[in-house]
Amino acid sequence: MFAFLLRRLGQAVVVMLVISLLSFSIQDELGDPLRELVGQSVSEETREELREEMGLNDPFLAQYMRFLRGALRGDLGVSYFFKRPALDVILDKLPATIDLVLAATFWILLFSVPVGVFAAVNPRHWFSNLAMGLSAVGISVPVFLTAIFLIYLFSVELGWLPSYGRGETTEIFGWETGLLTRDGLRHLLLPSISLASVILPLFVRMIRSEMMEALEAEYVRFARAKGLREGRVRMVHAFKNTLLPVITVGGVQIGIMVAYTILTETVFQWPGMGFMFLEAINRADTPLIVAYLIVVGLIFVIVNTVVDIVYGLVNPAVKLTGKPA
Amino acid sequence: MPLLSVQNLEVVFPLPGGTVRALRNVSFDLDRGERIGIVGESGAGKSAAAFAILNLLGKPGKIQSGRILFDGHDLAALDYEAMRQIRGNRISMIFQDPMVTLNPVLTIGAQMTETLRAHRRMTRARARDIALEKLRAVQIPSAEKRLAQYPHELSGGMRQRVVIATALLSDPQIIIADEPTTALDVTIQAEILELLLRLCEDFAVGLILITHDLGVVFGVTQRILVMYAGRIIERGPTAEVIGAPRHPYTRGLIDALPSAARPGTPLKQIPGVMPSLHEIPSGCAFHDRCEFAQARCAAETPRLEEQGARAAACHFPL
Repeated sequence: MFAFLLRRLGQAVVVMLVISLLSFSIQDELGDPLRELVGQSVSEETREELREEMGLNDPFLAQYMRFLRGALRGDLGVSYFFKRPALDVILDKLPATIDLVLAATFWILLFSVPVGVFAAVNPRHWFSNLAMGLSAVGISVPVFLTAIFLIYLFSVELGWLPSYGRGETTEIFGWETGLLTRDGLRHLLLPSISLASVILPLFVRMIRSEMMEALEAEYVRFARAKGLREGRVRMVHAFKNTLLPVITVGGVQIGIMVAYTILTETVFQWPGMGFMFLEAINRADTPLIVAYLIVVGLIFVIVNTVVDIVYGLVNPAVKLTGKPA
Repeated sequence: MPLLSVQNLEVVFPLPGGTVRALRNVSFDLDRGERIGIVGESGAGKSAAAFAILNLLGKPGKIQSGRILFDGHDLAALDYEAMRQIRGNRISMIFQDPMVTLNPVLTIGAQMTETLRAHRRMTRARARDIALEKLRAVQIPSAEKRLAQYPHELSGGMRQRVVIATALLSDPQIIIADEPTTALDVTIQAEILELLLRLCEDFAVGLILITHDLGVVFGVTQRILVMYAGRIIERGPTAEVIGAPRHPYTRGLIDALPSAARPGTPLKQIPGVMPSLHEIPSGCAFHDRCEFAQARCAAETPRLEEQGARAAACHFPL
């Protein structure tokens, strides 16, 4: 286990290096940061001086090495717009995004397993057909459209739920969350449903098809031949095998969800890092963009490692070792 | 009265392309502690017969008509719960491929004790003791250690021993073994067969051994049934049937055994293939592959004619 984590750490370093190189190399393509920084009235000579001063005229490699040295100390540069360290800006916005992802994950876990298993066990039932039909719709309709539809229905027409912002938040262990107040949860409802609307159907379909396959397996037939009750055959013998592929693919999906937050947060004016990222792009705030990409990359690496560990716990054929697979 | 009596069993698979009749008018008996073999090529209906007894036919297969009398009950008419109480308890099964029979994510111990606890109220510790006892009965080395192991940690032969031990857990009256050695290495096959035979004798368990290999039933079973295209075409005491087959198909199977061939001569084979159950020839289903066939064979389906302990379904028995 320790060797596994050590090897994973080594891989993570390589992955993060590649991510940093890629995200850093796009910074020149995002427009001129000085235009946002100083406005129209400043002369071209002053601009050139500023560029020189900020190191923007240095060769790419020199700039990148300077960035890496800073990154190792936790310094991902200073946001042009906020005039604060980019990492601090992101960490301020992170709790809102985590709230959103947690709430969406909650919906996914709550519904995907019962619905997927039911649809696998009763493939001809009307509810299974309905669930499959709805999931096809859910996958095809883009998040922002779902979000706008939900706002129209529940905020504009019915007036039940707020359409933007986080509402009331509380601080717990230095973590600012809306999960603990009624108002915060009301604000969270629509954004989290929108965010879950693409991934939940994917989970339902995946659990259904994997479960159907497991139910056809020879060991399930043998479990029945042993005289086990049908409930045990399904939930212990078939479902435990269903979990393996679901964990692998599902874990990555939860990571991808962090990226989907850009759309959801923008539509709901959710003060998270996805919304911040879109604004940073508009402002050509390159240090903030680069820092965001690196943080999201880091989240992916962490999620994937956790998924591998959980997979190793569920699948007895996998031993977590330091040896290459 | 026989322990198990299958009477006029008809099994069908209603498929989109038309209903397939997998078993036609199949009847046979099994006495207490008796061992019978069901022999035939792939698609003859052997496995359908085996799975029909425990109502475990793969979808969409179902029993169309006939009775399966076991200890005074008709298994074909039992409800789900009553059937469940017989499976793995009074009638056990051994499957063909031990690599896929055991659940990969559960320990051997869990898969054995759950079987006991599905049928009897007992503590985990007691169930574990019985599991251990049966693992020793099938001669698994360091049985205690195996309980905590997962299937992938055991070889194919060891896994099949675990499957056999699982089948023995509730001291069943009948074990149905569906090609129990087919998926194993040749060197292991004889070991497993011998073990199965000895266990059935020691515990007085009845055995229905399903196989495509006549060599397997010889020396293990007392009687055999030969199946072709969903019907029993010959039956009788194993040694008599193999020594002097009456049906040309049985004769063909025996001649095709490698041990029957003289060294240096090509192995004999039955020309053609078993007809698909969709398109069974008229009359005797074997007539188009039979070297003795005459006009009558294509027109009229031969009945299974009893002669003492033996029977054959052929117009012109050998």
